[in-house]
Amino acid sequence: MASWISFLFFAGLAVGCALISLFHRSVVHSAFALLGTLMGVAGLYLMLGADYLAVTQVLIYAGGILVLILFGLMLTPGDPTELRLARVLGGIALIGGGGALFLFKMSGASRWHAAPPDQLAPPDPTVTRIGLELLRQDRFLLPFELASVILLAALVGSVFIARRRVQRDGGAA
Amino acid sequence: MLTDPVTAAAPAPPQGNLWTDLMHGVFPDGMPWWMVAVLGAAVAFAAVMLFVTVIAMFSIWLERKVAGHIQVRLGPMRVGGWHGWAQSVADGVKLLLKEDVVVTGADRLLFKLAPALVLGTALAMFVALPFAPGLQIADVDLGVFFLISISSITTIGVIMAGWGSNNKWSVYGAMREAAQVASYEIPLGLSLMPPVIYYGSLSLRTATDMQAGWLGLHWYVFDPLHFWIAIPSFVLFFVAALAETKRAPFDLAESESELVAGFHTEYSGIRFSFFFLEEYAAMFVMSAVGAALWFGGWNFPGVTQMPEGALRDFLCVVVFTVKSMLLVFVMMWVRWTLPRIRIDQVMTLGYKYLTPLSLILVFAAAVLEYFLALAPSVLP
Repeated sequence: MASWISFLFFAGLAVGCALISLFHRSVVHSAFALLGTLMGVAGLYLMLGADYLAVTQVLIYAGGILVLILFGLMLTPGDPTELRLARVLGGIALIGGGGALFLFKMSGASRWHAAPPDQLAPPDPTVTRIGLELLRQDRFLLPFELASVILLAALVGSVFIARRRVQRDGGAA
Repeated sequence: MLTDPVTAAAPAPPQGNLWTDLMHGVFPDGMPWWMVAVLGAAVAFAAVMLFVTVIAMFSIWLERKVAGHIQVRLGPMRVGGWHGWAQSVADGVKLLLKEDVVVTGADRLLFKLAPALVLGTALAMFVALPFAPGLQIADVDLGVFFLISISSITTIGVIMAGWGSNNKWSVYGAMREAAQVASYEIPLGLSLMPPVIYYGSLSLRTATDMQAGWLGLHWYVFDPLHFWIAIPSFVLFFVAALAETKRAPFDLAESESELVAGFHTEYSGIRFSFFFLEEYAAMFVMSAVGAALWFGGWNFPGVTQMPEGALRDFLCVVVFTVKSMLLVFVMMWVRWTLPRIRIDQVMTLGYKYLTPLSLILVFAAAVLEYFLALAPSVLP
């Protein structure tokens, strides 16, 4: 019962805020509504026992990417005259199409072997297990290290693109 | 695992006292689960809110006294009699009674939501703080990580406040805040890594328990093999924490000489006081993390050895709070000593100095831990 209420709360938060961010006229409001969606999804992760994933979700998406999105929005002039109908129709098409695709793919994909939450053991903290899995040679060590190399390359590349070329005489070109 | 209010219900009280008899009379089948959940949440919220309010009021009074004495004046002296102790109470009453102004051009929804979001995140951080062995709302296994991720949401509240105010100074302040916090999250997180590597856990509770040796003085900064990493990493953490909590010399988000008051220019009354509460709550939380990871948490000679019980818990809370408040005092000391730095200096310090230094420290801590693990029997 408790988990059912929590699920409804988090799922409602995620879906409701997602709808707001799709259909709100102001793009800044849409971005702020995304916060609710991200927190709702984090709550759902938490309920599934994925505490590390939930906290990472909040840190990376809410604390990092959303701030970046807001940052970008505030540096961009808004367009309040945008046609609303187009967005509504586009949103409905996106939701409908995505939902149909999801149901189509998922209906046969999973065996849905779920037990009532009351019969499950309380989930363990996951951070130790994730850490060990990531550093085991026969598990995820190679993808983990590859990801770090790719991220480093992306960092160096972005610095190279963003840097200001300074001439000999000190002026910026 | 973050707390599920039902499973985290209070342990059964001892049998046969007045309280249990009363509860048994009212709820013969035990309290319904939803009541446990609601009551638990309400009690935790009330306790945190009360604690934050008291700490904030004390800190604001202390800040004024510290500022006064550093500037060779006395600070508040009149309200309440002894050294103006009631100044914060008077200010609080004034703030509560002031008109709650919402500017005409403001985005009403965001304007009203922002203070709640900002204060809410500050309160949420108290969940993981280990005040005493028997007094921690939830022993979050991800302790430090959880705190960092929650504190990063504060930025969104600040941007919301700045944008909702529909005032260019507010937006400027919010933008500065966003840039600054996003930059300093990296050194903050990295500077927390050396202690995490040392303890082998992210939980603040585990960290505190592991510093109980030497009669309660085996703090991370005193460990003979680790102090050379502990002390610099604490300094880095402290600088990054100052930036995260928007304290001087990093208070560019509200630099009054350029931006009036930054993101909370347009706020008044109770909503303004929310921002103030958040600032002092965040200072306390950051200091408490520092106290728990580097300075032994509640451990102190005489307190650590006591038998478990309410008295020990009380003394632990006192020790932990005093340690945290000492660090808060250092934050105030820094604020009234150093001038505010420019925004480009803020960015230079964060990216060119703090981040590489903290990376070096993480590397050093990992190497040290590796070699200590190789030779566990040789070393003390």
